[in-house]
Amino acid sequence: MRANSRRQLPEIEEAKNVSTFDKVADIISETSEIPRDEITMESHTIDDLGIDSLDFLDIVFAVDKEFGIKIPLETWTQEVNDGKASTEEYFVMKNLCGKIDELVSAKA
Amino acid sequence: MQLELFKMIDRISAVDLDARKLNASSTVPDESKVFEGHFPGHPLVPGVLMIETMAQASGILIMHTIDFEKIPFLAGVKEGKLRDFLGPRAEMDITAEIEHEGSGFAVTRAEIRSEGKRVANAQLTFTIRPFPTAELQKTIIREVAEMKKSG
Repeated sequence: MRANSRRQLPEIEEAKNVSTFDKVADIISETSEIPRDEITMESHTIDDLGIDSLDFLDIVFAVDKEFGIKIPLETWTQEVNDGKASTEEYFVMKNLCGKIDELVSAKA
Repeated sequence: MQLELFKMIDRISAVDLDARKLNASSTVPDESKVFEGHFPGHPLVPGVLMIETMAQASGILIMHTIDFEKIPFLAGVKEGKLRDFLGPRAEMDITAEIEHEGSGFAVTRAEIRSEGKRVANAQLTFTIRPFPTAELQKTIIREVAEMKKSG
């Protein structure tokens, strides 16, 4: 029983992440008119996808609502501006989706 | 209401912080420089100033929720609808409600009614920033207090 649970855990985590990615990519595509197939796990939302600050607000609004969370955008921006974090840490899709999953888990 | 100075809100009658809702009202002036151009002989409140009125009501509401420590700037207008004309002496009843409080931004829904009829509504996005100067912060706090006294 326990061995079975262990074996399943990575699959569940992966599935959850893919689902988050799909939802976020759909939101970005609808908000920013970026073709959905151009958005990958490795895409940098600012450098690669060229999302500007206003579109990013719309995306964060939609993500907050979709997941019932509050993305701490001010804190992230401050950390990047202060050199305490790189933009990749928060704004590359796979990392952004990971942060969203963390916020959803923290809420639960 | 002084259209040419963008002073759009005359009176604030209620700020409900639990419901995240504000009620305000304004009276369109009999005369204004704006009416000389919009339009000659046929004065109408420009639609952009109706949007501005809803934005100011929303902005005042947002500032109440953050104790006037920062200032919201209008960043987006969605589903903006201008449903009817307003001319001199028209009474405006303005309501604003916060739809979402994000980190460094907020989204509201606002509308203007006149004689019970909805004349404009929109979903508005604001980016919330530090006041550019302490003087501006004081001026806004004083002006909002006057609007509440009139309400």
